[in-house]
Amino acid sequence: MFQINQERNQLVVTKLIEHFGYAIVRNEVISDMLCISVDKEVISDVLLFLRDENELKFNFLTTLCGMHYPDIQELGVVYHLHSFENNHRIRIKTTTDLDNPTIPTATSVWPTANWMERETYDFYGIIFEGHPNLVRILNMDEMTDFPMRKDFPLEDQTREDKDDSMFGR
Amino acid sequence: MAKEIDTDYWDKDVVRPEEPKEYNTLNVGPTHPATHGVFQNVMLMDGEFIVSTEQTIGYIHRAFEKIAEHRPFYQITPLTDRMNYCSSPLNNMGWHMTVEKLLGIEIPKRVDYLRIIIMELARIADHIICNSVIGVDSGALTGFTYIFQDREFIYEIYEEICGARLTTNMGRIGGFERNFSDKAWEKIHHFLKSFPAKLKEFENLLMRNRIFMDRTINVGPFSADRALAYGFTGPNLRACGVDYDVRVMNPYSSYEEFDFIIPIGQNGDTYDRFMVRQEEMKQSMSIIQQAIDKLDKMTDKDTYYASDPRFVLPPKEKVYNNMEALIWHFKIVMGETDIPVGEVYHCIEAANGELGFYLVSDGGRTPARLHFRRPCFIYYQAYPEMVKGNMLSDAILTMSSMNVIAGELDA
Repeated sequence: MFQINQERNQLVVTKLIEHFGYAIVRNEVISDMLCISVDKEVISDVLLFLRDENELKFNFLTTLCGMHYPDIQELGVVYHLHSFENNHRIRIKTTTDLDNPTIPTATSVWPTANWMERETYDFYGIIFEGHPNLVRILNMDEMTDFPMRKDFPLEDQTREDKDDSMFGR
Repeated sequence: MAKEIDTDYWDKDVVRPEEPKEYNTLNVGPTHPATHGVFQNVMLMDGEFIVSTEQTIGYIHRAFEKIAEHRPFYQITPLTDRMNYCSSPLNNMGWHMTVEKLLGIEIPKRVDYLRIIIMELARIADHIICNSVIGVDSGALTGFTYIFQDREFIYEIYEEICGARLTTNMGRIGGFERNFSDKAWEKIHHFLKSFPAKLKEFENLLMRNRIFMDRTINVGPFSADRALAYGFTGPNLRACGVDYDVRVMNPYSSYEEFDFIIPIGQNGDTYDRFMVRQEEMKQSMSIIQQAIDKLDKMTDKDTYYASDPRFVLPPKEKVYNNMEALIWHFKIVMGETDIPVGEVYHCIEAANGELGFYLVSDGGRTPARLHFRRPCFIYYQAYPEMVKGNMLSDAILTMSSMNVIAGELDA
Protein backbone atom coordinates (compact mmCIF):
# COMPACT_ATOMS: atom_id res chain seq x y z
CA MET A 1 0.00 0.00 0.00
CA PHE A 2 1.14 3.52 -0.73
CA GLN A 3 1.07 5.88 2.23
CA ILE A 4 -2.18 7.82 2.24
CA ASN A 5 -1.37 11.44 2.93
CA GLN A 6 -4.65 13.12 3.86
CA GLU A 7 -3.16 16.59 4.08
CA ARG A 8 -1.58 16.49 0.66
CA ASN A 9 -4.69 15.00 -0.88
CA GLN A 10 -6.74 17.80 0.61
CA LEU A 11 -4.24 20.36 -0.65
CA VAL A 12 -4.46 19.04 -4.21
CA VAL A 13 -8.25 19.07 -4.17
CA THR A 14 -8.45 22.57 -2.68
CA LYS A 15 -5.96 24.00 -5.15
CA LEU A 16 -7.67 22.41 -8.13
CA ILE A 17 -11.15 23.54 -7.12
CA GLU A 18 -9.80 27.02 -6.44
CA HIS A 19 -8.44 27.23 -9.98
CA PHE A 20 -10.84 25.21 -12.05
CA GLY A 21 -14.06 25.32 -10.09
CA TYR A 22 -16.81 23.21 -11.58
CA ALA A 23 -14.45 21.53 -14.05
CA ILE A 24 -13.34 19.30 -11.17
CA VAL A 25 -16.23 16.90 -11.33
CA ARG A 26 -15.47 14.62 -8.45
CA ASN A 27 -12.76 13.56 -6.06
CA GLU A 28 -12.47 10.52 -3.84
CA VAL A 29 -9.84 8.26 -2.34
CA ILE A 30 -10.02 4.84 -3.93
CA SER A 31 -7.94 2.19 -2.16
CA ASP A 32 -4.76 4.14 -1.48
CA MET A 33 -4.82 6.85 -4.12
CA LEU A 34 -6.62 10.13 -4.59
CA CYS A 35 -8.70 9.96 -7.72
CA ILE A 36 -9.93 13.14 -9.39
CA SER A 37 -12.35 13.31 -12.31
CA VAL A 38 -11.85 16.32 -14.52
CA ASP A 39 -13.82 17.79 -17.37
CA LYS A 40 -12.00 17.03 -20.63
CA GLU A 41 -12.00 20.68 -21.77
CA VAL A 42 -9.51 21.66 -19.10
CA ILE A 43 -7.48 18.48 -18.86
CA SER A 44 -4.24 19.84 -20.32
CA ASP A 45 -4.51 22.96 -18.17
CA VAL A 46 -5.05 20.81 -15.11
CA LEU A 47 -2.02 18.67 -15.93
CA LEU A 48 0.13 21.71 -16.58
CA PHE A 49 -1.09 23.30 -13.35
CA LEU A 50 -0.32 20.16 -11.36
CA ARG A 51 3.15 20.01 -12.87
CA ASP A 52 4.09 23.63 -12.31
CA GLU A 53 2.28 24.59 -9.10
CA ASN A 54 4.95 25.19 -6.47
CA GLU A 55 3.34 23.24 -3.67
CA LEU A 56 2.21 20.28 -5.76
CA LYS A 57 4.98 19.60 -8.31
CA PHE A 58 3.68 16.50 -10.01
CA ASN A 59 6.75 16.30 -12.18
CA PHE A 60 6.34 12.75 -13.44
CA LEU A 61 3.69 11.16 -15.63
CA THR A 62 3.78 7.57 -14.47
CA THR A 63 1.34 6.19 -16.97
CA LEU A 64 -1.64 7.01 -19.10
CA CYS A 65 -4.22 4.54 -20.29
CA GLY A 66 -7.57 4.37 -22.00
CA MET A 67 -10.83 3.03 -20.62
CA HIS A 68 -14.11 2.00 -22.19
CA TYR A 69 -17.36 2.29 -20.25
CA PRO A 70 -19.92 0.54 -22.47
CA ASP A 71 -22.84 1.17 -20.08
CA ILE A 72 -22.64 4.94 -20.36
CA GLN A 73 -21.32 4.98 -23.95
CA GLU A 74 -18.15 6.76 -22.96
CA LEU A 75 -14.43 6.42 -23.39
CA GLY A 76 -12.01 7.62 -20.78
CA VAL A 77 -8.37 8.36 -20.15
CA VAL A 78 -6.68 7.74 -16.81
CA TYR A 79 -3.48 9.56 -15.89
CA HIS A 80 -1.27 8.51 -13.01
CA LEU A 81 0.88 11.35 -11.74
CA HIS A 82 3.72 11.22 -9.27
CA SER A 83 5.39 14.02 -7.39
CA PHE A 84 8.93 12.91 -6.58
CA GLU A 85 9.48 15.79 -4.21
CA ASN A 86 6.48 15.04 -2.02
CA ASN A 87 6.32 11.35 -2.89
CA HIS A 88 2.66 11.71 -3.67
CA ARG A 89 0.70 9.82 -6.30
CA ILE A 90 -2.66 10.79 -7.70
CA ARG A 91 -4.93 9.56 -10.45
CA ILE A 92 -6.70 11.91 -12.86
CA LYS A 93 -9.62 10.71 -14.93
CA THR A 94 -11.42 12.25 -17.81
CA THR A 95 -14.09 10.99 -20.16
CA THR A 96 -15.35 11.70 -23.65
CA ASP A 97 -18.34 10.39 -25.50
CA LEU A 98 -18.10 7.50 -27.89
CA ASP A 99 -19.36 9.29 -30.99
CA ASN A 100 -16.81 12.06 -30.98
CA PRO A 101 -13.92 10.84 -28.86
CA THR A 102 -11.54 13.77 -28.59
CA ILE A 103 -9.36 14.77 -25.67
CA PRO A 104 -6.65 17.45 -25.61
CA THR A 105 -3.14 16.04 -25.69
CA ALA A 106 -0.67 15.97 -22.80
CA THR A 107 2.40 15.81 -25.03
CA SER A 108 3.13 19.48 -24.50
CA VAL A 109 3.28 18.86 -20.76
CA TRP A 110 5.30 15.64 -20.84
CA PRO A 111 6.95 14.35 -24.03
CA THR A 112 6.55 10.85 -22.64
CA ALA A 113 2.80 11.10 -23.24
CA ASN A 114 3.54 10.79 -26.95
CA TRP A 115 3.67 7.01 -27.24
CA MET A 116 1.20 6.45 -24.43
CA GLU A 117 -1.37 8.51 -26.31
CA ARG A 118 -0.56 6.76 -29.55
CA GLU A 119 -1.16 3.45 -27.81
CA THR A 120 -4.45 4.72 -26.39
CA TYR A 121 -5.51 5.92 -29.83
CA ASP A 122 -4.48 2.62 -31.32
CA PHE A 123 -6.58 0.56 -28.93
CA TYR A 124 -9.49 2.83 -28.08
CA GLY A 125 -9.71 5.29 -30.95
CA ILE A 126 -9.47 8.31 -28.68
CA ILE A 127 -8.26 11.25 -30.74
CA PHE A 128 -5.78 13.41 -28.86
CA GLU A 129 -6.09 16.91 -30.24
CA GLY A 130 -2.74 18.55 -30.86
CA HIS A 131 -0.74 15.33 -30.81
CA PRO A 132 2.27 15.64 -33.16
CA ASN A 133 2.05 12.18 -34.69
CA LEU A 134 -1.16 10.37 -33.85
CA VAL A 135 -0.81 7.09 -35.76
CA ARG A 136 -1.15 3.47 -34.74
CA ILE A 137 1.79 2.12 -32.80
CA LEU A 138 1.39 -1.56 -31.92
CA ASN A 139 -1.24 -2.71 -34.41
CA MET A 140 -0.83 -2.68 -38.15
CA ASP A 141 -1.64 0.53 -39.98
CA GLU A 142 -4.36 -1.07 -42.12
CA MET A 143 -6.49 -1.95 -39.12
CA THR A 144 -9.82 -0.17 -38.88
CA ASP A 145 -11.09 -1.41 -35.50
CA PHE A 146 -10.11 -0.29 -32.06
CA PRO A 147 -9.47 -3.63 -30.40
CA MET A 148 -9.57 -2.76 -26.70
CA ARG A 149 -13.15 -1.58 -26.87
CA LYS A 150 -15.48 -3.97 -25.11
CA ASP A 151 -17.49 -4.68 -28.25
CA PHE A 152 -14.45 -6.03 -30.09
CA PRO A 153 -14.42 -9.83 -29.69
CA LEU A 154 -11.35 -11.50 -28.27
CA GLU A 155 -11.41 -14.39 -30.68
CA ASP A 156 -12.63 -14.83 -34.21
CA GLN A 157 -16.42 -14.98 -33.81
CA THR A 158 -16.93 -16.80 -37.10
CA ARG A 159 -15.46 -19.99 -35.71
CA GLU A 160 -17.92 -22.71 -34.85
CA ASP A 161 -15.58 -25.42 -33.62
CA LYS A 162 -15.03 -23.88 -30.22
CA ASP A 163 -17.53 -23.49 -27.44
CA ASP A 164 -16.09 -21.47 -24.60
CA SER A 165 -19.40 -20.43 -23.05
CA MET A 166 -18.71 -22.76 -20.12
CA PHE A 167 -15.60 -20.76 -19.33
CA GLY A 168 -17.20 -17.34 -19.37
CA ARG A 169 -15.33 -16.18 -22.44
CA MET B 1 32.57 7.54 -29.05
CA ALA B 2 30.59 10.54 -30.24
CA LYS B 3 32.53 13.18 -32.06
CA GLU B 4 32.15 16.79 -31.04
CA ILE B 5 29.63 17.79 -33.66
CA ASP B 6 27.01 20.44 -33.82
CA THR B 7 23.86 18.35 -33.80
CA ASP B 8 21.77 21.16 -35.24
CA TYR B 9 23.92 20.94 -38.30
CA TRP B 10 22.71 17.41 -38.93
CA ASP B 11 19.12 18.28 -38.46
CA LYS B 12 17.19 17.61 -41.61
CA ASP B 13 15.36 20.92 -41.24
CA VAL B 14 18.57 22.88 -41.57
CA VAL B 15 19.25 23.51 -45.23
CA ARG B 16 22.76 24.52 -46.22
CA PRO B 17 22.65 25.20 -49.92
CA GLU B 18 26.37 25.83 -50.25
CA GLU B 19 27.13 22.32 -49.04
CA PRO B 20 24.66 19.93 -50.63
CA LYS B 21 24.41 16.76 -48.55
CA GLU B 22 23.11 13.44 -49.58
CA TYR B 23 21.64 11.29 -46.83
CA ASN B 24 21.19 7.56 -46.93
CA THR B 25 18.33 5.65 -45.40
CA LEU B 26 19.35 2.59 -43.46
CA ASN B 27 16.89 0.03 -42.28
CA VAL B 28 18.09 -1.65 -39.07
CA GLY B 29 15.84 -4.54 -38.17
CA PRO B 30 13.17 -5.82 -37.58
CA THR B 31 15.39 -8.86 -37.14
CA HIS B 32 18.98 -7.88 -36.84
CA PRO B 33 21.64 -9.79 -34.91
CA ALA B 34 22.84 -6.62 -33.22
CA THR B 35 19.56 -5.50 -31.73
CA HIS B 36 18.75 -8.53 -29.51
CA GLY B 37 15.06 -8.59 -30.19
CA VAL B 38 12.55 -7.49 -32.74
CA PHE B 39 13.25 -3.79 -33.20
CA GLN B 40 13.08 -1.83 -36.39
CA ASN B 41 14.78 1.50 -36.83
CA VAL B 42 14.70 3.44 -40.06
CA MET B 43 17.74 5.64 -39.80
CA LEU B 44 18.64 8.63 -41.90
CA MET B 45 22.40 8.50 -42.15
CA ASP B 46 25.04 11.01 -43.08
CA GLY B 47 27.89 8.62 -43.70
CA GLU B 48 28.42 6.88 -40.37
CA PHE B 49 26.44 9.44 -38.38
CA ILE B 50 22.77 9.30 -37.54
CA VAL B 51 20.72 12.29 -38.59
CA SER B 52 17.40 11.00 -37.37
CA THR B 53 15.78 7.70 -36.62
CA GLU B 54 12.26 6.45 -36.57
CA GLN B 55 11.24 3.36 -34.61
CA THR B 56 8.62 0.88 -35.62
CA ILE B 57 7.40 -1.33 -32.81
CA GLY B 58 4.69 -3.89 -32.33
CA TYR B 59 6.13 -6.82 -34.26
CA ILE B 60 5.49 -9.18 -31.37
CA HIS B 61 2.37 -7.56 -29.98
CA ARG B 62 0.27 -10.26 -28.34
CA ALA B 63 -2.66 -8.25 -26.98
CA PHE B 64 -2.00 -9.06 -23.32
CA GLU B 65 -4.26 -6.32 -22.03
CA LYS B 66 -7.15 -7.61 -24.12
CA ILE B 67 -6.55 -11.24 -23.18
CA ALA B 68 -6.31 -10.25 -19.51
CA GLU B 69 -9.85 -8.89 -19.62
CA HIS B 70 -11.06 -12.40 -20.46
CA ARG B 71 -9.01 -14.50 -18.06
CA PRO B 72 -9.37 -15.17 -14.36
CA PHE B 73 -6.63 -13.78 -12.16
CA TYR B 74 -4.53 -16.94 -11.99
CA GLN B 75 -4.39 -17.22 -15.75
CA ILE B 76 -2.99 -13.72 -16.08
CA THR B 77 0.25 -14.66 -14.31
CA PRO B 78 1.63 -16.50 -17.37
CA LEU B 79 0.92 -13.39 -19.44
CA THR B 80 3.09 -11.30 -17.16
CA ASP B 81 5.92 -13.83 -17.57
CA ARG B 82 6.09 -13.07 -21.21
CA MET B 83 6.56 -9.34 -20.86
CA ASN B 84 10.05 -8.96 -19.50
CA TYR B 85 11.16 -12.53 -20.06
CA CYS B 86 14.64 -11.83 -18.69
CA SER B 87 13.22 -11.44 -15.19
CA SER B 88 9.80 -13.11 -15.21
CA PRO B 89 9.58 -13.73 -11.43
CA LEU B 90 9.64 -9.98 -10.86
CA ASN B 91 6.61 -9.55 -13.09
CA ASN B 92 4.84 -12.46 -11.41
CA MET B 93 5.42 -11.08 -7.93
CA GLY B 94 4.33 -7.61 -9.02
CA TRP B 95 1.11 -9.01 -10.38
CA HIS B 96 0.37 -11.09 -7.29
CA MET B 97 0.99 -8.10 -5.07
CA THR B 98 -1.42 -6.03 -7.14
CA VAL B 99 -4.18 -8.57 -6.67
CA GLU B 100 -3.37 -8.86 -2.97
CA LYS B 101 -3.67 -5.12 -2.66
CA LEU B 102 -7.09 -5.21 -4.25
CA LEU B 103 -8.20 -8.08 -2.02
CA GLY B 104 -6.55 -6.63 1.06
CA ILE B 105 -4.73 -9.85 1.94
CA GLU B 106 -2.25 -9.59 4.79
CA ILE B 107 0.99 -11.25 3.71
CA PRO B 108 3.14 -13.03 6.32
CA LYS B 109 6.64 -11.65 6.81
CA ARG B 110 8.22 -14.91 5.78
CA VAL B 111 6.53 -14.76 2.38
CA ASP B 112 7.76 -11.19 1.95
CA TYR B 113 11.34 -12.27 2.56
CA LEU B 114 11.09 -15.29 0.29
CA ARG B 115 9.72 -13.00 -2.40
CA ILE B 116 12.55 -10.56 -1.89
CA ILE B 117 15.09 -13.34 -2.38
CA ILE B 118 13.45 -14.33 -5.65
CA MET B 119 12.98 -10.76 -6.85
CA GLU B 120 16.59 -9.85 -6.21
CA LEU B 121 17.81 -13.01 -7.91
CA ALA B 122 15.68 -12.06 -10.91
CA ARG B 123 17.13 -8.57 -10.88
CA ILE B 124 20.64 -10.01 -10.90
CA ALA B 125 19.77 -12.33 -13.77
CA ASP B 126 18.37 -9.43 -15.78
CA HIS B 127 21.36 -7.20 -15.11
CA ILE B 128 23.73 -10.03 -16.01
CA ILE B 129 22.10 -10.28 -19.42
CA CYS B 130 22.06 -6.55 -20.01
CA ASN B 131 25.60 -5.83 -18.87
CA SER B 132 27.19 -8.78 -20.60
CA VAL B 133 25.37 -7.86 -23.81
CA ILE B 134 26.79 -4.34 -23.60
CA GLY B 135 30.16 -6.08 -23.59
CA VAL B 136 29.21 -8.19 -26.59
CA ASP B 137 28.06 -5.19 -28.57
CA SER B 138 31.31 -3.38 -27.88
CA GLY B 139 33.24 -6.41 -29.11
CA ALA B 140 34.07 -8.17 -25.83
CA LEU B 141 32.47 -11.58 -25.97
CA THR B 142 34.51 -13.12 -23.17
CA GLY B 143 32.67 -11.55 -20.24
CA PHE B 144 29.38 -12.73 -21.67
CA THR B 145 30.50 -16.33 -21.89
CA TYR B 146 31.90 -16.23 -18.34
CA ILE B 147 29.03 -14.68 -16.47
CA PHE B 148 26.24 -16.52 -18.24
CA GLN B 149 27.06 -19.53 -16.11
CA ASP B 150 25.81 -17.59 -13.07
CA ARG B 151 22.60 -16.76 -14.82
CA GLU B 152 22.28 -20.49 -15.32
CA PHE B 153 22.68 -20.99 -11.53
CA ILE B 154 19.85 -18.53 -10.95
CA TYR B 155 17.66 -20.38 -13.44
CA GLU B 156 18.39 -23.60 -11.58
CA ILE B 157 17.15 -21.94 -8.40
CA TYR B 158 13.92 -20.97 -10.18
CA GLU B 159 13.64 -24.54 -11.35
CA GLU B 160 13.86 -25.84 -7.78
CA ILE B 161 11.20 -23.40 -6.64
CA CYS B 162 8.62 -23.50 -9.40
CA GLY B 163 9.79 -26.04 -11.97
CA ALA B 164 10.27 -23.62 -14.84
CA ARG B 165 13.25 -21.64 -15.99
CA LEU B 166 12.42 -18.78 -18.32
CA THR B 167 8.69 -18.11 -18.16
CA THR B 168 8.33 -19.07 -14.56
CA ASN B 169 4.68 -18.55 -13.56
CA MET B 170 6.07 -18.47 -10.06
CA GLY B 171 4.12 -18.02 -6.86
CA ARG B 172 0.45 -17.68 -6.20
CA ILE B 173 -1.82 -14.93 -4.97
CA GLY B 174 -0.90 -14.85 -1.30
CA GLY B 175 2.47 -16.52 -1.46
CA PHE B 176 4.12 -19.50 -3.10
CA GLU B 177 2.81 -22.79 -4.38
CA ARG B 178 5.19 -24.74 -2.13
CA ASN B 179 7.89 -24.11 0.41
CA PHE B 180 11.49 -23.73 -0.74
CA SER B 181 13.09 -27.16 -0.75
CA ASP B 182 16.42 -27.95 0.91
CA LYS B 183 17.90 -28.30 -2.55
CA ALA B 184 16.73 -24.78 -3.40
CA TRP B 185 18.33 -23.35 -0.27
CA GLU B 186 21.52 -25.22 -1.05
CA LYS B 187 21.58 -23.68 -4.52
CA ILE B 188 20.86 -20.19 -3.20
CA HIS B 189 23.72 -20.49 -0.73
CA HIS B 190 26.01 -21.82 -3.44
CA PHE B 191 25.11 -18.89 -5.66
CA LEU B 192 25.69 -16.39 -2.87
CA LYS B 193 29.11 -17.87 -2.25
CA SER B 194 30.29 -18.18 -5.82
CA PHE B 195 28.80 -15.13 -7.52
CA PRO B 196 30.77 -12.20 -5.97
CA ALA B 197 34.08 -13.56 -7.26
CA LYS B 198 32.63 -14.11 -10.72
CA LEU B 199 31.14 -10.65 -10.75
CA LYS B 200 34.50 -9.20 -9.80
CA GLU B 201 36.15 -11.14 -12.60
CA PHE B 202 33.57 -9.84 -15.07
CA GLU B 203 34.06 -6.32 -13.80
CA ASN B 204 37.82 -6.59 -14.19
CA LEU B 205 37.36 -7.49 -17.83
CA LEU B 206 35.34 -4.39 -18.66
CA MET B 207 35.25 -1.70 -16.01
CA ARG B 208 38.71 -0.18 -16.51
CA ASN B 209 39.21 -1.61 -19.98
CA ARG B 210 40.50 1.15 -22.24
CA ILE B 211 38.60 -0.04 -25.31
CA PHE B 212 35.38 -0.53 -23.40
CA MET B 213 35.64 2.90 -21.78
CA ASP B 214 36.33 4.57 -25.11
CA ARG B 215 33.35 2.85 -26.62
CA THR B 216 30.93 3.67 -23.81
CA ILE B 217 31.83 6.92 -22.06
CA ASN B 218 29.81 9.81 -23.52
CA VAL B 219 27.87 7.48 -25.76
CA GLY B 220 24.15 8.14 -25.71
CA PRO B 221 24.20 10.60 -22.81
CA PHE B 222 20.93 11.91 -21.43
CA SER B 223 20.26 14.69 -18.98
CA ALA B 224 18.23 14.19 -15.81
CA ASP B 225 15.43 16.60 -16.68
CA ARG B 226 14.97 15.14 -20.16
CA ALA B 227 14.95 11.68 -18.61
CA LEU B 228 12.21 12.70 -16.18
CA ALA B 229 10.20 14.33 -18.96
CA TYR B 230 10.49 11.11 -20.94
CA GLY B 231 9.37 8.99 -18.02
CA PHE B 232 12.62 7.12 -17.49
CA THR B 233 12.73 4.86 -14.45
CA GLY B 234 15.05 2.24 -13.08
CA PRO B 235 18.78 2.06 -13.79
CA ASN B 236 18.44 4.34 -16.83
CA LEU B 237 17.05 7.17 -14.71
CA ARG B 238 19.53 6.54 -11.93
CA ALA B 239 22.41 6.69 -14.40
CA CYS B 240 21.25 10.24 -15.17
CA GLY B 241 21.63 11.12 -11.50
CA VAL B 242 18.11 10.86 -10.12
CA ASP B 243 17.88 8.56 -7.10
CA TYR B 244 14.37 7.29 -7.73
CA ASP B 245 13.81 3.73 -6.69
CA VAL B 246 10.35 2.33 -5.98
CA ARG B 247 11.81 0.03 -3.34
CA VAL B 248 12.72 3.08 -1.27
CA MET B 249 10.12 5.59 -2.37
CA ASN B 250 7.06 3.33 -1.97
CA PRO B 251 8.32 0.21 -0.21
CA TYR B 252 6.47 -3.01 -0.88
CA SER B 253 7.07 -6.52 0.37
CA SER B 254 8.88 -5.22 3.51
CA TYR B 255 11.71 -3.55 1.58
CA GLU B 256 11.70 -0.80 4.21
CA GLU B 257 13.40 -3.18 6.64
CA PHE B 258 16.39 -3.66 4.39
CA ASP B 259 19.56 -1.69 4.28
CA PHE B 260 20.89 -0.94 0.82
CA ILE B 261 22.07 1.99 -1.24
CA ILE B 262 20.79 3.28 -4.56
CA PRO B 263 23.71 3.73 -6.93
CA ILE B 264 23.46 6.73 -9.25
CA GLY B 265 25.49 7.92 -12.21
CA GLN B 266 26.34 11.39 -13.46
CA ASN B 267 26.14 11.72 -17.22
CA GLY B 268 23.50 9.16 -18.05
CA ASP B 269 25.73 7.64 -20.72
CA THR B 270 26.24 4.00 -21.59
CA TYR B 271 29.11 3.61 -19.15
CA ASP B 272 27.05 5.03 -16.28
CA ARG B 273 24.19 2.71 -17.05
CA PHE B 274 26.61 -0.20 -17.05
CA MET B 275 28.12 0.87 -13.74
CA VAL B 276 24.76 1.47 -12.06
CA ARG B 277 23.67 -2.06 -12.96
CA GLN B 278 26.97 -3.46 -11.81
CA GLU B 279 26.57 -1.83 -8.39
CA GLU B 280 22.92 -2.83 -8.17
CA MET B 281 23.91 -6.46 -8.52
CA LYS B 282 26.14 -6.11 -5.47
CA GLN B 283 23.37 -4.40 -3.54
CA SER B 284 21.00 -7.19 -4.53
CA MET B 285 23.45 -9.74 -3.17
CA SER B 286 23.48 -7.88 0.13
CA ILE B 287 19.68 -7.73 0.20
CA ILE B 288 19.45 -11.48 -0.38
CA GLN B 289 21.92 -12.08 2.43
CA GLN B 290 19.91 -9.84 4.76
CA ALA B 291 16.71 -11.66 3.83
CA ILE B 292 18.32 -15.01 4.57
CA ASP B 293 19.55 -13.72 7.93
CA LYS B 294 16.06 -12.52 8.78
CA LEU B 295 14.60 -15.87 7.77
CA ASP B 296 17.16 -17.74 9.88
CA LYS B 297 16.11 -15.74 12.93
CA MET B 298 12.48 -16.69 12.42
CA THR B 299 11.20 -19.68 14.35
CA ASP B 300 8.51 -20.29 11.77
CA LYS B 301 9.90 -22.27 8.85
CA ASP B 302 6.69 -23.51 7.27
CA THR B 303 4.65 -20.48 6.31
CA TYR B 304 4.83 -19.89 2.60
CA TYR B 305 1.38 -18.48 1.84
CA ALA B 306 -1.16 -16.18 3.38
CA SER B 307 -4.06 -17.96 4.98
CA ASP B 308 -6.74 -16.99 2.52
CA PRO B 309 -8.81 -20.00 1.49
CA ARG B 310 -10.23 -18.15 -1.50
CA PHE B 311 -6.93 -18.26 -3.35
CA VAL B 312 -4.70 -20.88 -1.81
CA LEU B 313 -5.17 -24.41 -3.06
CA PRO B 314 -6.11 -26.85 -0.28
CA PRO B 315 -3.63 -29.68 0.41
CA LYS B 316 -3.92 -32.68 -1.92
CA GLU B 317 -4.97 -35.21 0.78
CA LYS B 318 -7.92 -33.03 1.65
CA VAL B 319 -8.89 -32.60 -2.00
CA TYR B 320 -9.16 -36.38 -2.38
CA ASN B 321 -10.99 -37.00 0.89
CA ASN B 322 -13.11 -33.96 1.57
CA MET B 323 -15.84 -32.62 -0.66
CA GLU B 324 -15.52 -28.95 0.36
CA ALA B 325 -11.81 -29.03 -0.34
CA LEU B 326 -12.49 -30.56 -3.75
CA ILE B 327 -15.01 -27.85 -4.55
CA TRP B 328 -12.57 -25.13 -3.52
CA HIS B 329 -9.80 -26.72 -5.48
CA PHE B 330 -12.00 -26.71 -8.56
CA LYS B 331 -13.16 -23.17 -8.02
CA ILE B 332 -9.64 -21.87 -7.59
CA VAL B 333 -8.25 -23.74 -10.59
CA MET B 334 -11.13 -22.63 -12.81
CA GLY B 335 -10.93 -19.09 -11.49
CA GLU B 336 -14.48 -19.03 -10.18
CA THR B 337 -13.81 -16.85 -7.18
CA ASP B 338 -15.14 -13.36 -7.63
CA ILE B 339 -12.95 -10.37 -6.93
CA PRO B 340 -14.33 -7.35 -5.05
CA VAL B 341 -15.10 -4.16 -6.94
CA GLY B 342 -12.26 -1.67 -6.88
CA GLU B 343 -9.31 -0.18 -8.64
CA VAL B 344 -5.69 -0.18 -7.59
CA TYR B 345 -2.36 0.86 -8.98
CA HIS B 346 0.62 -1.04 -7.73
CA CYS B 347 4.18 -0.74 -8.88
CA ILE B 348 7.39 -2.56 -8.20
CA GLU B 349 10.97 -1.83 -9.09
CA ALA B 350 11.49 -4.27 -11.94
CA ALA B 351 14.93 -4.78 -13.41
CA ASN B 352 14.52 -2.00 -15.96
CA GLY B 353 12.25 0.42 -14.18
CA GLU B 354 8.93 0.95 -12.52
CA LEU B 355 6.64 -1.88 -13.54
CA GLY B 356 3.09 -0.83 -12.76
CA PHE B 357 -0.23 -2.62 -12.84
CA TYR B 358 -3.42 -0.61 -13.00
CA LEU B 359 -6.18 -3.02 -12.19
CA VAL B 360 -9.87 -2.17 -12.36
CA SER B 361 -12.32 -4.78 -11.17
CA ASP B 362 -16.07 -4.62 -11.58
CA GLY B 363 -16.66 -7.61 -9.36
CA GLY B 364 -16.48 -10.40 -11.90
CA ARG B 365 -14.05 -13.26 -12.26
CA THR B 366 -11.89 -11.31 -14.70
CA PRO B 367 -10.53 -7.77 -14.52
CA ALA B 368 -12.61 -5.07 -16.18
CA ARG B 369 -9.37 -3.41 -17.23
CA LEU B 370 -5.76 -4.22 -16.67
CA HIS B 371 -3.11 -1.82 -17.82
CA PHE B 372 0.56 -2.62 -17.60
CA ARG B 373 2.96 0.26 -17.15
CA ARG B 374 5.83 -1.21 -19.09
CA PRO B 375 9.04 0.70 -18.41
CA CYS B 376 10.67 -0.16 -21.78
CA PHE B 377 7.73 1.07 -23.77
CA ILE B 378 7.92 4.41 -22.05
CA TYR B 379 11.64 5.06 -22.23
CA TYR B 380 12.33 3.59 -25.64
CA GLN B 381 10.66 6.61 -27.25
CA ALA B 382 13.63 8.74 -26.18
CA TYR B 383 15.96 6.61 -28.29
CA PRO B 384 16.04 8.95 -31.36
CA GLU B 385 16.98 11.84 -29.13
CA MET B 386 19.73 9.82 -27.49
CA VAL B 387 21.41 8.60 -30.65
CA LYS B 388 21.09 11.70 -32.77
CA GLY B 389 24.52 12.74 -34.05
CA ASN B 390 26.12 9.53 -32.80
CA MET B 391 27.63 6.87 -34.97
CA LEU B 392 25.67 3.77 -35.93
CA SER B 393 27.85 1.44 -33.88
CA ASP B 394 27.26 3.65 -30.83
CA ALA B 395 23.52 3.59 -31.43
CA ILE B 396 23.63 -0.21 -31.17
CA LEU B 397 25.48 0.07 -27.85
CA THR B 398 23.04 2.68 -26.59
CA MET B 399 20.13 0.42 -27.31
CA SER B 400 21.62 -2.58 -25.53
CA SER B 401 22.53 -0.42 -22.53
CA MET B 402 18.95 0.85 -22.27
CA ASN B 403 17.83 -2.74 -21.65
CA VAL B 404 14.87 -2.63 -23.99
CA ILE B 405 13.13 -6.01 -23.97
CA ALA B 406 11.01 -6.61 -27.04
CA GLY B 407 8.43 -8.66 -25.15
CA GLU B 408 7.78 -5.89 -22.70
CA LEU B 409 7.89 -3.19 -25.34
CA ASP B 410 5.15 -4.77 -27.41
CA ALA B 411 3.14 -6.45 -24.66
